[in-house]
Amino acid sequence: MLPEGALNNYIFPNNVHIDWSLMIVLYPYITGLVAGAFVVSALYHVFKVKELETFSRFALVASFCFGLFAALPLMFHLGQPLRAFNIFFTPHTTSAMSIFGYVYSSYMILVMVELWLVYRKFFIEKAQTTRGLQRLIWKALALGVTQTSPGSLRLDQGLIALLAGIGIPWAFVLHGYVGFIFGSVKANAWWATPLQPIIFLMSAIVSGIAMLMLMYSFIRWRSGRPYDFVAMRRLMDYLWGLFILDVTFESLEIVYMFYEHGHHWAVVGPLLQGKLFGSYVIGQMLVLSGLPLLLLGYVVLFDVTDRRFFRIANFAALSIVLQVLLMRFNVVIGGQMISKSDRGYVDFHFEWFAREGVIPALIILAAPFVTYWVISRFLPIFSDDTISTSNKGGQ
Amino acid sequence: MEQAPSTGRRTFLHELVVGAVAVAATGPIVLLSSSRSRAAADLPKANGKEYAFVVDVSKCIGCGYCVDACAIENNVPKGSIRTWVERYIATDEGVHVDAIDKAGERPAPPPARVQQDAKWEAFIPKLCNHCENAPCVQVCPVGATFTAPGGFVLVDPEHCIGCGYCIQACPYGVRFFNPETRIADKCTWCYHRVAKGLEPACVTVCPTQARRFGDRNDPADPVGQIYKSDNWQTLKPEMHSDSRVLYLGLPREVI
Repeated sequence: MLPEGALNNYIFPNNVHIDWSLMIVLYPYITGLVAGAFVVSALYHVFKVKELETFSRFALVASFCFGLFAALPLMFHLGQPLRAFNIFFTPHTTSAMSIFGYVYSSYMILVMVELWLVYRKFFIEKAQTTRGLQRLIWKALALGVTQTSPGSLRLDQGLIALLAGIGIPWAFVLHGYVGFIFGSVKANAWWATPLQPIIFLMSAIVSGIAMLMLMYSFIRWRSGRPYDFVAMRRLMDYLWGLFILDVTFESLEIVYMFYEHGHHWAVVGPLLQGKLFGSYVIGQMLVLSGLPLLLLGYVVLFDVTDRRFFRIANFAALSIVLQVLLMRFNVVIGGQMISKSDRGYVDFHFEWFAREGVIPALIILAAPFVTYWVISRFLPIFSDDTISTSNKGGQ
Repeated sequence: MEQAPSTGRRTFLHELVVGAVAVAATGPIVLLSSSRSRAAADLPKANGKEYAFVVDVSKCIGCGYCVDACAIENNVPKGSIRTWVERYIATDEGVHVDAIDKAGERPAPPPARVQQDAKWEAFIPKLCNHCENAPCVQVCPVGATFTAPGGFVLVDPEHCIGCGYCIQACPYGVRFFNPETRIADKCTWCYHRVAKGLEPACVTVCPTQARRFGDRNDPADPVGQIYKSDNWQTLKPEMHSDSRVLYLGLPREVI
């Protein structure tokens, strides 16, 4: 099916290749996980959702791990990676992309400072109880300060709440901004909608919550320690509600385009009925949105045993992280499938070992989890972690 | 003895804060002003000229010499193209479009049915529109794409980071990622030739004057006269990019 009365699939000669490939799919995906995980952490620190205490420090560490690798796909994608820092040195402020460096790095600084404050007491305890090189490292992490007082710890807690408070709008800016980079491209009918930042933001939050659920379940299962079902159930309440909003906005975009029946639908309609039918209509919207909506609704509304809750909630969370990954793919790749000729669609071919291929993408996607694992060897993340020097972590 | 480090630390912190504030206050101003003016400053002035490019659809015979000349003149890598010529064949059922889009190659004859039902046929040369309100200039995150005096939209090869945002933002599909230089690339209206008083290569080789280039403000210049006549069209006017490529006799089917 072709648009604009085309008899043949005519693609502009420079549109034959899809320039923004898997790395640009990963970039908003990982950035979304950063923002989503941070929101969970802030729910406890700012909004005082007491049930989520278990998740607050864990979510912050996870957000940091994802954040470390959020910009890496961009580096892999750049034609001139050695000039990457020009975006800081010579920002062209009319460009939606130009201040990404500042938004991203300021956000990472915020997360790092908050994380440092959360673990400051632990660093000091370690510096006091270790010797030699280890002591030097812990002391360096404590920035040379080896004393604490009840007053300073109170101040830490106040600062943590303050940073978490600033961090929520900043996380929203970070990911809404990613949506804006796509949504403001008027040349691309599939991207250009003011809903794009909202859609990116909502999907970021749900992907972060769902990923935390999966990680938490896996970590506790592997270590054979008990699950905090109260926290998990509360998290799934949020996930269900936010996913309803997310799917509503995603559907609204299409419904609006369809009903308006303007230029956008002329090229997007055949795309959704053709090349994106499998990955968008079936994959993203029917299966990976429909299933978790129903399943989460079931575990939230009905009295379900812990065992059943655990299985269903994790299946739903897995569906949601895949839904959001597929959504990033459908936006980034799908948009470029529409040739600027408006009379043809471009094929996308997966590469495996190329710089933007599947294997490098999987390695980058795995990197935050490996980093989390390394960090968890040295820092107590849950209150029952045994590496703590005191009985109760550092919180 | 105990006082010394604490005083030193306080002084250090004080100076750190003062220094950080000074850098934060002045740094962006210096950086922004340099990114804005840097690329255009090195270029020769256009002596008040405002260039435009005229494509007369009725004169184009689809010979493709312009495509070949451009590729040779500008070392355009295989698989990419700075200018191409589309062939539109309209039938009652719809529009068949193909193109001369590779140097030295010509498209195969259209399907027999299209030939049979053809109502009209036209050749449409395409190239960078050097828009006055260029989306590519707007979105370049480092200011490497800029508008030079005279209206040329150019890419600074020393500063392009190869992010590809300009390629996405161009509504006309004229930009491409050059696999050899690893930066964004596109038609420059042969800036290097115009700077020496020559015409763009495609204009020079066009046997029918379907492509013309000149000063749109000069009443003695044919391009200036066409511009003043206000009887021209541009591609995708709904993009409001204010194209400087003016088409004469552009069929409404052309996108």
